[in-house]
Amino acid sequence: MLEVKNLAISLTSKNVEVPLVDDVSFKVKNGEMLAIVGESGSGKSITSLAIMGLLKSPLFVSAGEIIFNGIDFTKLSPEEIRQFRGKKISMVFQEPMTSLNPVKTIGSQIEETIIQNLGLTKQQAKNCCKELLSDVGVADPEQRMRLYPHHFSGGMRQRVMIAIAIAANPELIIADEPTTALDVTIQAQILSLLSELCKKRGMAMLLITHNLGIVARYADKVSVMYGGNLVEQGTPRSIYRNAKHPYTAGLIRSVPKLDSDKSMPLEPISGEPADPSKLISGCKFHPRCPEYRPICEKQRPEFKDEVACHFRLDKDFERQIS
Amino acid sequence: MTALMKIKDIEVHFPVRKGLLQREVASIKAVDGVSFEIQKGEALGLVGESGCGKTTVARSLLKLVELTGGTIEFDGQVVSHIKSDKLKSYRRRVSAIFQDPFSSLNPRMTVGQILGEVLTVNKYEEDINTRILELLALCGLAERFVELYPHEMSGGQRQRVGIARALALDPELIICDEAVSALDVSIQAQIVNLLRELRDTLGLSFLFIGHDLSVVQHLCDRIAVMYLGKIVEIGNAQDLFKNPAHPYTKALIDAVPSIDPDEKRLNEDMFLQGEVPSPLSPPSGCVFHTRCKYRIEECKTKTPLMEQVDIGQNRMIACLLNEEIGLNSQQKQ
Repeated sequence: MLEVKNLAISLTSKNVEVPLVDDVSFKVKNGEMLAIVGESGSGKSITSLAIMGLLKSPLFVSAGEIIFNGIDFTKLSPEEIRQFRGKKISMVFQEPMTSLNPVKTIGSQIEETIIQNLGLTKQQAKNCCKELLSDVGVADPEQRMRLYPHHFSGGMRQRVMIAIAIAANPELIIADEPTTALDVTIQAQILSLLSELCKKRGMAMLLITHNLGIVARYADKVSVMYGGNLVEQGTPRSIYRNAKHPYTAGLIRSVPKLDSDKSMPLEPISGEPADPSKLISGCKFHPRCPEYRPICEKQRPEFKDEVACHFRLDKDFERQIS
Repeated sequence: MTALMKIKDIEVHFPVRKGLLQREVASIKAVDGVSFEIQKGEALGLVGESGCGKTTVARSLLKLVELTGGTIEFDGQVVSHIKSDKLKSYRRRVSAIFQDPFSSLNPRMTVGQILGEVLTVNKYEEDINTRILELLALCGLAERFVELYPHEMSGGQRQRVGIARALALDPELIICDEAVSALDVSIQAQIVNLLRELRDTLGLSFLFIGHDLSVVQHLCDRIAVMYLGKIVEIGNAQDLFKNPAHPYTKALIDAVPSIDPDEKRLNEDMFLQGEVPSPLSPPSGCVFHTRCKYRIEECKTKTPLMEQVDIGQNRMIACLLNEEIGLNSQQKQ
């Protein structure tokens, strides 16, 4: 369905190429939800923009392939990619307020997408819009279509964004932090809706998030990114039970659990997230890694068998010696 | 333990004005009869959805908004309407840490100047430079940070400066409004640990406002849950999460996904349907009745009061089904 192979994204500044994302590969199948997890600056959002063909200069794809249903997007012109956007692939963003037009009614914004992408008549679009709104759980669609975005709460606006995203029956939805701006109770509603739609319509979904709880509850597969590299891949269960990369393990340990023992302090990862503007040699995680050895600084670990680490945690190398 | 801060039935109503004469046509009841106490050395958590009034409570304790009703007592003295000198000395004893460390630090001042300003304005008597270094060390920042500007630091470091500033005048109570919400997970844990450490070493009291229940649970001794301007449940932190009594607390906890994929608390019918009603026209009776799945006819007309329930220690809830809930959880145990 969607396959990203060795994707690299760079930024040109003063004729120097700065790599931001390097060697990222993953696959998403129909009806499946893949979560990409990472902290700020890990490159997860620009990876999703690259798939949509929305990178703007000075950002560009410097290597790799993005294959969607057998077509390599990196070889298409922006005009050709536009034919896919909104029809075969669509996107849900974090800020539902800024992505809706404040001076147009909700109904006209959804109808616009339908007419543009499916070529229906006005009346057909109206009926279709009603159906979509009730599909995403907006009660009273006929009334609500006449309202403006400011009449809607954050959760309702995000439902409208989802209605627009699924309007043309896309095969892939990319959701970039769709619930970060929402309350936990609304977050649960929106994510359940997305995963339900995904299963019902057989759509694939790429969920970009920083919240490990969301990953555990909704995703089928996870890719963990750090400093522009893919560090680990697996199912939520395998990653939670047996994290192979020290970063993943550290991330899981630093999340407080509702039933955790309060007398123990949390175990944070020391240091600060990798700054994309500074080049780090070897493994990007080495300055913060508890398993650090000199080789980590010199040589970048290859991504092999679901993890990129010289001293993966699931194998007992000579860990005892150090 | 003695109460450091006693809040009794505080109300903050914002007028809604309309028309040429700006007549008051309605009022938004942001905080509507909230009472609690913060003991010396205690950390109290305040949780709830956005718009429930938790930030307004914080602002009223910091004397940034005027109370419409009720009293605030700090260390035995009523501070609800103090002015000028008294207010200044009150603010020395109660300080705040805010959510966004980028907008709460002046971008044109170095860390040294930011911390120095607080000390000079309040006529700090000892050597200011030594105090600045002491504060930085306390918050885990190296001496070189004195020279840095906010944009030269990462989010976590900036929040440490925010904490150092809050500690500058040796306050007794610190009010943290979403102090760790804007940070990355790995950094969030560092700051949470720092706050806990400071609390233990300096014997501070905290009011910690947050929407991330697991973080609040980790930091606080007691937790109060707010909904539409009212407290609906208050009790011991660990206890409250293990055995929530109010239907709203239950739903709130169910909505938080656990990072353990095998721990499926997930019970989709428990999800709260709909959204928080507008505080302009709050529902009659129990404010939660429109979203509550246990509601009975009475909930629509009768307003529940905070009452003790027989679970855990000092648990209070505001629910008409109080007795039934108490019985149910006793049977479970």
